[in-house]
Amino acid sequence: MKTKTVYEPTRGLVDRDLTYCPGCTHGIIHKLIGEVLVEKGLLDTSVGIASVGCSVMSYEFFNCDMQQAAHGRAPAVATGVKRVRPETTVFTYQGDGDLASIGMAEIVHAAHRGENITVIFVNNAIYGMTGGQMAPTTLPGQKTTTSPTGRNVVDTGLPLRMSELLATVPGATYLERVSVHDPKHVRKAKKALEKAFDVQTNKKGFSMIEFISTCPVNWGMNPNDSLAWAVDSLIDYYPLGVYKDGGDSDAS
Amino acid sequence: MAKVLMKGNEAMALAAIKGGCDAFFGYPITPQNEIPEYLSYHMKKEGRVFVQAESEVAAINMVYGAAGAGARVMTSSSSPGIALKQEGISYLAGSELPCVILSVMRGGPGLGGIQPSQGDYNQITRGGGNGDYHVLAFAPETLQETVEIVKQSFDLADYYRNPVMIAVDGLIGQMMEPVDVETSVPKKTIPPKDWAAEGKSGERGKRNTVVSLHLDPYMLEKHNFALKKKYDEMVDNEQRFETIQTDDAEIVIVAYGTVARIARTAIEALRRDGVKVGMIRPISIWPFPEKAFATLGEQSHTLLTVEMSLGQMLQDVKLANNGKRTVRFYGRAGGVVPDSKEIIKEVYDALGRQSS
Ligand SMILES: Cc1ncc(C[n+]2csc(CCOP(=O)(O)OP(=O)(O)O)c2C)c(N)n1
Ligand code: SF4
Repeated sequence: MKTKTVYEPTRGLVDRDLTYCPGCTHGIIHKLIGEVLVEKGLLDTSVGIASVGCSVMSYEFFNCDMQQAAHGRAPAVATGVKRVRPETTVFTYQGDGDLASIGMAEIVHAAHRGENITVIFVNNAIYGMTGGQMAPTTLPGQKTTTSPTGRNVVDTGLPLRMSELLATVPGATYLERVSVHDPKHVRKAKKALEKAFDVQTNKKGFSMIEFISTCPVNWGMNPNDSLAWAVDSLIDYYPLGVYKDGGDSDAS
Repeated sequence: MAKVLMKGNEAMALAAIKGGCDAFFGYPITPQNEIPEYLSYHMKKEGRVFVQAESEVAAINMVYGAAGAGARVMTSSSSPGIALKQEGISYLAGSELPCVILSVMRGGPGLGGIQPSQGDYNQITRGGGNGDYHVLAFAPETLQETVEIVKQSFDLADYYRNPVMIAVDGLIGQMMEPVDVETSVPKKTIPPKDWAAEGKSGERGKRNTVVSLHLDPYMLEKHNFALKKKYDEMVDNEQRFETIQTDDAEIVIVAYGTVARIARTAIEALRRDGVKVGMIRPISIWPFPEKAFATLGEQSHTLLTVEMSLGQMLQDVKLANNGKRTVRFYGRAGGVVPDSKEIIKEVYDALGRQSS
């Protein structure tokens, strides 16, 4: 009988167990990045910047050179790498607490300088690593450990939409928000990553792919309900799509 | 090469270029602005990297990334800006990344002022970042010495894989003096940076990671002990100081940087009056040059610490002295530079005599 390989682990990731909780979509996002880096022939000349959050351990997972940045500072660390090694592919992997709260200045200014890097932004509307506190992206009424009765927008404001915000920054080249809640969207997300890395390879400047992601543990839901909530609530507030396409990348 | 007349900040910037600095990341703050200004033009001209960051926090993290990728990197700032860099400095030390940091001190606390000060001695030698770490720190006195230390510091940083700080007060940054930037400085043998995460995992055949995280306490403790071993080596090998007329000195002034320059004038005048006074001038402030104190004879009964701060180096002098001699202190603060007459008066006070 002939066998055909239809699915296999990607060389883009180190062959080891991930530290993410069961049902967390960080893992799918990792896999997509690993695949794209391998397929584009970029993996062996890449530097990834791990941020502070559940993905801090990602320097153990991506199968390329990695640096681990202080909380929020990954875009500055990436800037340092890219400026002295312009021939390498540089990407950051950041959560919403890291990127949209403590690291707001670094992300906006990396985009503002048109830094030729790719940012992977994982928006799960909560601080996962520290046990489920409110993030700038937490939805109105969403319960977290620091908004136990639900996010009160009178006191805490309305959630920040980072892709929309960065679209107003002239230096940003490519911005897209994607989701990984079903196979169709996973395939679409992969296309977005391909486009973003092409923008970098073609020296067109700053690219960011925002992933709508789940945190079943801190949302207090099982993985299936989490995916459903991501679609019904998160995507409702954070519409998917391309927010900026100022680069003439050759990806289709 | 002949000496050229240069402003302190510009001389330090040029020395960095001569020392092999590949990249500079900075943010404006008085009194060190001439450093980024000079480098914005000259680094580009040399085909090297210059970035004006959005903040000191960003600048030090750009330093982290570039150093982690194996480049020779520098940043510069002044007191409130160095305060902001402390988190990054701790990460650099933890990840064992080499870099050079120029600190041109001004008065504090808070926004303080913009006049020269030595009020950041503790900030520099103790550090405001978290965890058990040290940075090598030098506090030169003249522009020539400053230039030589800046040039060497890139080698020292690479050798120890640790941040090196050069601390001057605003006066040294702003004043002009003739300097020879081409002068040769001692070199260290640097092993190849085979640890750098610079995007060469394919060529290397293995991936490199630059990290300061060690979740297992036993692994972190092991890392802490390894760092300690390196710091001990610095304490053994990098203490630098000058002794000035200490052979017969009864009273020994301890001063660094600008204050040491003024103390020299005071010593000359006092010696003319027959007062047996000398000076220990720390050049390294971390490690503090304890060895200097062992060179003093029995006749040296008093140490007079003079600082442009209210008694920060004093603590190190007391530790090095270990109760052996009387320790006195004189300090000015806030950007006020002491006069040689004030130092002369302090020496006479210490001797229990009226100044003539
Ligand atoms: C300076 C600093 N402040 C706070 C923390 C604690 N901290 C660790 S992870 C984290 C939040 C991460 O949340 P997010 O970026 O949303 O990522 P997630 O864990 O959800 O993937 C915080 C606040 C820290 N490590 N450093
Ligand atoms: S805490 Fe949340 S974000 Fe973090 S790994 Fe677990 S499920 Fe994922």
